[in-house]
Amino acid sequence: MTTDALVIAGRAFASRLIVGTGKYPSHAVMQAAHVAAGVEMVTVAVRRVDLAAKGEASLLSWIDRSKIFLLPNTAGCYTADDAVRTARLGREAGLSNWVKLEVIGDERTLFPDNEALIAATRELVKEGFVVLPYTNDDPVACRKLEDAGAAAVMPLGAPIGSGLGIQNPNNLSIIIEHSRVPVIVDAGVGTASDAAIAMELGADGVLMNTAIAGATDPAMMASAMKHSVQAGRLAFLAGRIGRRRYASASSPVDGLIAPKTA
Amino acid sequence: MQIVLNGDRREVAGPRSVKALLEDLGIDARLVAVELNRLVVKRDRHAETMVTEGAEVEIVAFVGGGCLNPGRPTPGDRPSRRARCAKVNS
Repeated sequence: MTTDALVIAGRAFASRLIVGTGKYPSHAVMQAAHVAAGVEMVTVAVRRVDLAAKGEASLLSWIDRSKIFLLPNTAGCYTADDAVRTARLGREAGLSNWVKLEVIGDERTLFPDNEALIAATRELVKEGFVVLPYTNDDPVACRKLEDAGAAAVMPLGAPIGSGLGIQNPNNLSIIIEHSRVPVIVDAGVGTASDAAIAMELGADGVLMNTAIAGATDPAMMASAMKHSVQAGRLAFLAGRIGRRRYASASSPVDGLIAPKTA
Repeated sequence: MQIVLNGDRREVAGPRSVKALLEDLGIDARLVAVELNRLVVKRDRHAETMVTEGAEVEIVAFVGGGCLNPGRPTPGDRPSRRARCAKVNS
């Protein structure tokens, strides 16, 4: 394990990239992308079994659970009650008490319903879950989620599946500055530079699905994301230079063969 | 007897245990989670837990998904809203 691990609820992950399992052209393509991304955690949805489709290959047979931790999610839930029920079913199906909690409040933007999200977080924490709520890039909402017992907060970079990149770096910076739990930027990433920007801001990790699954070459994009998350993390740790409006020469000004005359 | 299975009314022989119901449906219990009348039935209680007339049963499994609504129903999901949502996502 590297010394710069992502630690959530006492569990360490060497990779700071978390990816989804939806929208891939096939399970084989998904598996190749997971390998290329070097992920140690993937998120999966909980849905009714299709009783008509017998012998459908299980998603789980395409995920190497010796290397990859399963994070059940409550995607598609519109009420706290539905999200709590789905989380309980996810725990039973996956034998893990972790949940990526989503309570959606608007179907066009898929923005979270923060009020219901906080209520569901409180309930699930009480039931012993490790709750990772997907939330708006709102510092106050993130603080309330933290107070409700969330193990990490997952503010969005932009709407789910939009690929718009980090829309409000200032809010994310404020969330990162004040959060006492890990901050995972979840949703909105379109390409590698977006993930790097999130990490340069100081995010502890990035979660994405569509940016990889929807790319022309998902495995290649997964590799790009792996490198961009690492690059962004290193840049954050290295400490970037300050921004200034005018040039600052990087070569010595003394010893020029044609010194500037006054 | 009649039960509501994954949102659909259905005639099954009964009363029977959760374990027997899954076997009748050809479902591998290790790959699913079962809810009976809105409460999760743990795997080690499948054999002793009885499904009776009018029971509401949900059988779920993991499917691909990220932060995305894959467009398949969740327990308690609202059909009209879901239909509109699937349209937006497509």
